[in-house]
Amino acid sequence: MAAAAGEVRLIGAWPSPFVLRPRVALNLKGVEYEFLQEKFGEKSELLLRSNPVYKKIPVLLHHDKPVCESMIIVEYVDGVWANSGQAILPADPYERALHRFWSVYIDDKWFPSIFGIGKAETEEAKAESAEQAWAGLKLLEEAFEKLSKGKAFFGGDTIGYVDIALGAYLRWANVIEQMTGLKLFDEEKTPLLAVWAESFCAHEAVKEVMPETEKLLEIAKMRQEK
Amino acid sequence: MAETKELVLLNCWVSPYGMRCRIALAEKRVEYEHKEENVMEKSPLLLQSNPVHKKIPVLVHGGKPVCESLVIVQYVDEAWPDRAPLLPVDAYGRAQARFWADFVDKKIFECGTKLWKLKKEAQGEAKKEFTEGLKLLEDELGEKKYFGGDAFGFVDIALVPLMAWFRTYESFGSFSAETEAPKLVAWGKRCMERESVAMSLPDPAKVYELVCYIRKAFGLE
Repeated sequence: MAAAAGEVRLIGAWPSPFVLRPRVALNLKGVEYEFLQEKFGEKSELLLRSNPVYKKIPVLLHHDKPVCESMIIVEYVDGVWANSGQAILPADPYERALHRFWSVYIDDKWFPSIFGIGKAETEEAKAESAEQAWAGLKLLEEAFEKLSKGKAFFGGDTIGYVDIALGAYLRWANVIEQMTGLKLFDEEKTPLLAVWAESFCAHEAVKEVMPETEKLLEIAKMRQEK
Repeated sequence: MAETKELVLLNCWVSPYGMRCRIALAEKRVEYEHKEENVMEKSPLLLQSNPVHKKIPVLVHGGKPVCESLVIVQYVDEAWPDRAPLLPVDAYGRAQARFWADFVDKKIFECGTKLWKLKKEAQGEAKKEFTEGLKLLEDELGEKKYFGGDAFGFVDIALVPLMAWFRTYESFGSFSAETEAPKLVAWGKRCMERESVAMSLPDPAKVYELVCYIRKAFGLE
């Protein structure tokens, strides 16, 4: 279902995992939108006006009304375009609660651990963060088993809420793997997630908006040098 | 039907997160068993129901656990859709409600905890964030009766446990709620007129007493 020109705009930046989330959601729903790429190192007037509380991307502008916070935008898109594409959140209240729980876990607990690996200044700190990241992935592997019910995604046959929450971090996880030599999505430790990661990245709604690891590596190296 | 399944809330009386769940269940007039947990000695049911975080609140419905207070409140709203809607009907209204409830988590309760856990010298950043958070919430509330407008809802439920904790935050954060956030204080009083809120919030003096005890016990003085 194509939106009228100018009706849907997304303020973001291509490297950001948070921006990737609403892009995947909009693609899943077949919604056309204008992508407003922020200039690196600068925040536009439009961004500051649209998200005065946090001044951060992504911001979805729907008929010029802003929606902020990546997973809130995903849920908004799922609600507004409920009759397009597949449902992102399941219909059953209990399953919705499980998807929301794991999304919170991924952002509040898991992401800080992989971010910690990247930021670590000593080998000990790096090892500690890595242990936490792997422990988190083990929990997510179990969650995947329960939620996917043998299918390819947390959402079952199609990409769902938790897929989007976790999948957004995949390329940055690759960057950390390449910079540290650690394997995060390890086929031996978390076989189901290793397969899932490939399926997610290969999906129609994801592959064109998923940034390339090489390009993210360049950004990561630039930041390190500063 | 949702009512025929057993419903248990694992909680701790002082937790603002637990208060949210109690308010939501009361708004929906749903009967449930309230199990008070001793967080120093967690029950096997709690450990089994929330193995990831081992924390309250947990709502166990027909043996199935739901964790994270805002996830629980949304679950309660969706499992009993026929009465007292807690979130707006329209998608945009819901997005706004979720945004502000998430803001309350980050800027009020997370910061507020730092106010009583950290020593005065370390508090600086947390206090600034907290008082700025209060101002933004005041702006968002404006002249409305509740955050949702005329209807008491999600953001009100997310924030109102602050009324039981304000005294504690004021004392350890060295500020006055009346001065920093007079509109919120007035809004809090309006919320307290609702039965669901009055029955779910403990006496602020008791919260303060417990926090003083915890601070002594953990050498935070």
